[in-house]
Amino acid sequence: MTTPSRSAVPDWFDASETRLLGKACTRCRSVFFPPTIDRCRNPRCGGDVLETHPLSTRGRIWSWTRNHYKPPAPYVSGDPFEPYTVLAVELEEDGLVVLGQLSPDSPPANVGDMVSLRTEKLLEDEDGVQLVWRWTLDNSETVEVAS
Amino acid sequence: MSGVAVLGVGMHPWGKFGKSFVEYGRVAARAALEDAGIDWTDVQMVAGANTWRGGYPGLVSGAAFAQELGWNGTRLSSSFAACASGAQAIGAARAHILAGLCDVALVIGADVAPKGFFGPFGGGDQTDPDWLRFRLLGATNPTYFGLYAQRRIAAYGASERDFAMVKAKNSRAGALNPNARFTKVVTEDEVLASAYVAEPLHLLDVCATSDGAAALVITSEDYARRKQLERGGRAVRISALSTNSPTYPNNVIEMPNFATDSTLAVPAPDEGFKTSLASSAYAEAGLGPDDLNLAEVYDLSTALELDWYEHIGLCAEGEAEKILHDGVTSLGGRVPVNPSGGLASFGEAVPAQAIAQVVELTVQLRGDAGERQVPNANVGMSINQGLFGHGSAVIVTA
Repeated sequence: MTTPSRSAVPDWFDASETRLLGKACTRCRSVFFPPTIDRCRNPRCGGDVLETHPLSTRGRIWSWTRNHYKPPAPYVSGDPFEPYTVLAVELEEDGLVVLGQLSPDSPPANVGDMVSLRTEKLLEDEDGVQLVWRWTLDNSETVEVAS
Repeated sequence: MSGVAVLGVGMHPWGKFGKSFVEYGRVAARAALEDAGIDWTDVQMVAGANTWRGGYPGLVSGAAFAQELGWNGTRLSSSFAACASGAQAIGAARAHILAGLCDVALVIGADVAPKGFFGPFGGGDQTDPDWLRFRLLGATNPTYFGLYAQRRIAAYGASERDFAMVKAKNSRAGALNPNARFTKVVTEDEVLASAYVAEPLHLLDVCATSDGAAALVITSEDYARRKQLERGGRAVRISALSTNSPTYPNNVIEMPNFATDSTLAVPAPDEGFKTSLASSAYAEAGLGPDDLNLAEVYDLSTALELDWYEHIGLCAEGEAEKILHDGVTSLGGRVPVNPSGGLASFGEAVPAQAIAQVVELTVQLRGDAGERQVPNANVGMSINQGLFGHGSAVIVTA
């Protein structure tokens, strides 16, 4: 029997398609993430019709940091605690930078590297596995950061 | 437009003392009143900066402090703007004075901080993005500091040793400040030998959490002039105070957000949020970066202090490490930054911190800073950023 699994945040992350779900304003095309808004936040637009907008699944690392201390709850740490890397990833097609952990299975990644989205286990509770988005290094090109 | 004067300053030392924030606030307030040479019963307004850890009474800080000092029928104000709470409290008092609603206000910020990482506020709201950033990402506050630091390394060739140098500099200043919590001089090697928290930042690169309190007596200029005649002239002027929001789209990832605004439909503004806090204050004061003799900036991490050099216009983007190495921002340099010792030496007592920055500027501009005195200090800026799009900058002039 397989363990049932579900997205840890179904409105934000479609785990079956491995897509982060933003929203886009149908009037000015501004994109937003997370999708927890009902009105366009472009101050010169004020559009009130937003549609679900899956974000790009590939991006370039804007920056990264590796956390070496166990964070407070509600983070669920392994035992023993393992350091983990958080990436800020620039999605060119969507014009924004979004956060996500680097997959523990990914090779190390640096600023300017391309990464791809994947679905991984966040934790397991009484209802099964909760899934979350993570990034993994793409074996394609790296660019130098323009200073 | 007439300004407002800082007539008195007071602090409770920073540290961990196991007392209530109200007690710390009372000590700082009494010290500020004594410094101003006025009685509590002369105060017409109490502006409190809210603590978010002190439990329910903390959320009504103005009243909590006024009751502790003895109900006196004063106007009350309580401000919450995360790390910018103290500046919002100064702003509330300043606006009342400039509007002619009162002449004498007491501004107080105090905090009791938990040890270690700040966690999500309020516990269990699983739809709160602040809860979700811990749950889904483990994105602690230092995570964001680490992202900024790594970005400086990639974009400008900064090194961990550069960051450590900021801590060493601030520790030398803090060692001269009796209100600081950490007064031991720290070397670059000691910073680099401390454990990573959010790599590339080490434990000694990241500011601690502290208890502490700071208070100001601020008054109309007329009132200050009369008092100065009695006491021999020690007031300084608040020439500007900015609390502006970011401008859409804010394309820098900000704590506690999951993403930036998108620049797809609207291009990013010419000036980023933190730079805009400084330039709003400069415009209001009719001054510029070249006029600064010193600055107090929010060094939540050592690398963030370097970012601030650029935001407040001490140097161009990517040049912060150079002016650090040249000693420009050290005591004895052209524009000492964090002559108080900064958050590196104090640890952060959230609602008190922006007020403590103005205390340091005032003490420096009066020439009362002793061994850490900046010579010929006439213009100082303090600047900070809070969560959720709050931030502030204050310009104090002699």
